[in-house]
Amino acid sequence: MSKNEDKEMFASGHRMCAGCGEGIAMRAILNEAGSNTIATVATGCLEVTTTAYPQTAWEIPLIHSAFENAASVASGIEVALKQMDKKGETNIMSFAGDGGTFDIGFQALSGMFERKHNVTHICLDNEAYMNTGIQRCSSTPYGASTTTSPSGKVSIGEDRPKKPLARISAAHDIPYAATATIAHIKDLKKKVRKALDADGPALVHVFAPCPTGWRHASNDSVELARLAVETGVFVLWEAEDGEICDLNITHKPKERKPVKEYLKKQRRFAHLTDDHIEKIQKEIDEKCEQYGF
Amino acid sequence: MGEQKGLTIQGNMATALGAKLCRPDVIPAYPITPSTLFPEKISEYIADGELDASMIRVESEHSAMSACIGASSAGARTCTASASQGIALMHEMLFIASGMRLPIVMAVGNRALSAPINIWADHQDTIASRDSGWLQFYAEKNQEGLDLMILAFRIAEDERVLLPAMVGIDGFVLTHTVEGVKVPAQEDVDEFLPDYEPPHGILDPEKPMTFGSLGTPEYYQELKYDQVEAMDKSPEVIDEIFDEFEKEFGREYNRITPYKCDDADIILLTMGSMTGTARAAVDEMREDGEKVGLAKLTVFRPFPGDLLKEIAGDAKGLAIIDRNISPGFGGAVFAESAGIFINEKKKPLMKNFIVGLGGREIFKRNFKEMYEKTKKAVENGSVDKMVEWINMDEEVMR
Repeated sequence: MSKNEDKEMFASGHRMCAGCGEGIAMRAILNEAGSNTIATVATGCLEVTTTAYPQTAWEIPLIHSAFENAASVASGIEVALKQMDKKGETNIMSFAGDGGTFDIGFQALSGMFERKHNVTHICLDNEAYMNTGIQRCSSTPYGASTTTSPSGKVSIGEDRPKKPLARISAAHDIPYAATATIAHIKDLKKKVRKALDADGPALVHVFAPCPTGWRHASNDSVELARLAVETGVFVLWEAEDGEICDLNITHKPKERKPVKEYLKKQRRFAHLTDDHIEKIQKEIDEKCEQYGF
Repeated sequence: MGEQKGLTIQGNMATALGAKLCRPDVIPAYPITPSTLFPEKISEYIADGELDASMIRVESEHSAMSACIGASSAGARTCTASASQGIALMHEMLFIASGMRLPIVMAVGNRALSAPINIWADHQDTIASRDSGWLQFYAEKNQEGLDLMILAFRIAEDERVLLPAMVGIDGFVLTHTVEGVKVPAQEDVDEFLPDYEPPHGILDPEKPMTFGSLGTPEYYQELKYDQVEAMDKSPEVIDEIFDEFEKEFGREYNRITPYKCDDADIILLTMGSMTGTARAAVDEMREDGEKVGLAKLTVFRPFPGDLLKEIAGDAKGLAIIDRNISPGFGGAVFAESAGIFINEKKKPLMKNFIVGLGGREIFKRNFKEMYEKTKKAVENGSVDKMVEWINMDEEVMR
């Protein structure tokens, strides 16, 4: 339930897949934001599963228009409310998947950050274009097999590392940028609150496993998000005022688990050999060293 | 009625001034030649405290139209300006603005599309967005640019219409050319165009609604029908508001304006700034005893087929002059005009002329040539070349 209201802000009965990480994230995020919130959403899984006319899963005002512009539409709303003296305490949020944030929506997002709109952007990252059928995105991690980066006799699958979206966002010197997962709900809600309370643009990059695209058991979504953090695949941090050199790591695993535990639960990584996994492990070790653990 | 102050200004200043008189709340804009002066003037008005509005200096035209959609959905009176590649870049969002029934107004400096890159007058940019569901107005001169901005807001926001509108003024020929204009008094515009009160829901936490839903095959066609019906019924509203404007401000507007057409054998159909030159050519030909008339299109969308039939139905020949080209067919005005007459027993013989692309000059002699060619076709009773390009440079062609 939402803190100040007696109902869920993200209604049940939407059309998401069983075990969808986005649904778990959305329930927590919208309940934290509360009813005095206006949202934009990019075209994608979240939009098609929650807004089929004449139904909606959104208990707050929502506008969808296109794929690449959730942040620009939110800019327009924010300025309009301020100009008409209606902004008050209303939260303005933009929601997009990884495609709508990392790739096609990145220019609009960068523009929104730079213009310092009071908008919180939520990126629901499931590491590929899932709505169109699991195509590779700049969010797709090294070694993942997708329908446009398939593993094969001479291919490892995706052959490039994941784009560091949250760090690039923080580098815009925005008041708040953070990473979060669906396995750390308290942490996620705390970060959403900080983002909404920030005086200016904010980003929360939410790691949201996708059973359909990652080909894992639907009851493993939360466990995979936890494992991603415990293996160092996904690092939880926050940066205030663009302090990317001095990140606040919000969850340090006491003892890092081998990445194999994370990879072996997902069929998108099933083709990886021990040599591949060793290479991935080495890269994670180097990354974690950079992050200081 | 307040006094209409006379000013001598460029076309972009005229459309910007027209917009200012409409008291927009939000103006998201991205600069592009030849409409750049529009956002510059709006910025100045705001900087000098003459206009209480917010500019959003977006990072692209796609975001300009996206921010317009956000602002308009929140209940703000919203406008922008663009041209050419900018309109091409926001093409996707134009359809969404009209599909969501948002009365956004866009001032356009009509310009050619690349390649080759070209910044001069041409209607290709807005003609390429013909099917986007926007009302389209084209100005002959700067005064029309100013007036049409006011008219565009009023028509777009009318509850019976609720569609976005673009107002085109030809690149450089109007955008950068200084002409005298009469500026309506603010209080009269305020009366003509009251505050924008969205008749539909807006983004409001007190009344949460979902905008831009997924329209499945069970609903899509009916929702589109509603939208198209609003466009189809808009001529009545446009005529009514044009009349009201004339009564209030003393300047006449029509969806198509005939000139010396009553007894004309051959009529030239024009759009935009070329009309002035065409009118001078018609006057000279009339002095020579030629029975020629002129029809000026001010509203291209919705296409005023009813008026075109009235004006040109009894003529022998109709020379349709397009400053745009749909490769593989001909000009857009020609295609639409020919379509309008298709089921009529009595109709003029129609010839299409492509002129003025990429800022190519259009002279009086060119209109006389088009007239002669149409006259010859009428005399022969047939058209040997349906689409002809005028004022081609043989040297360059070699």
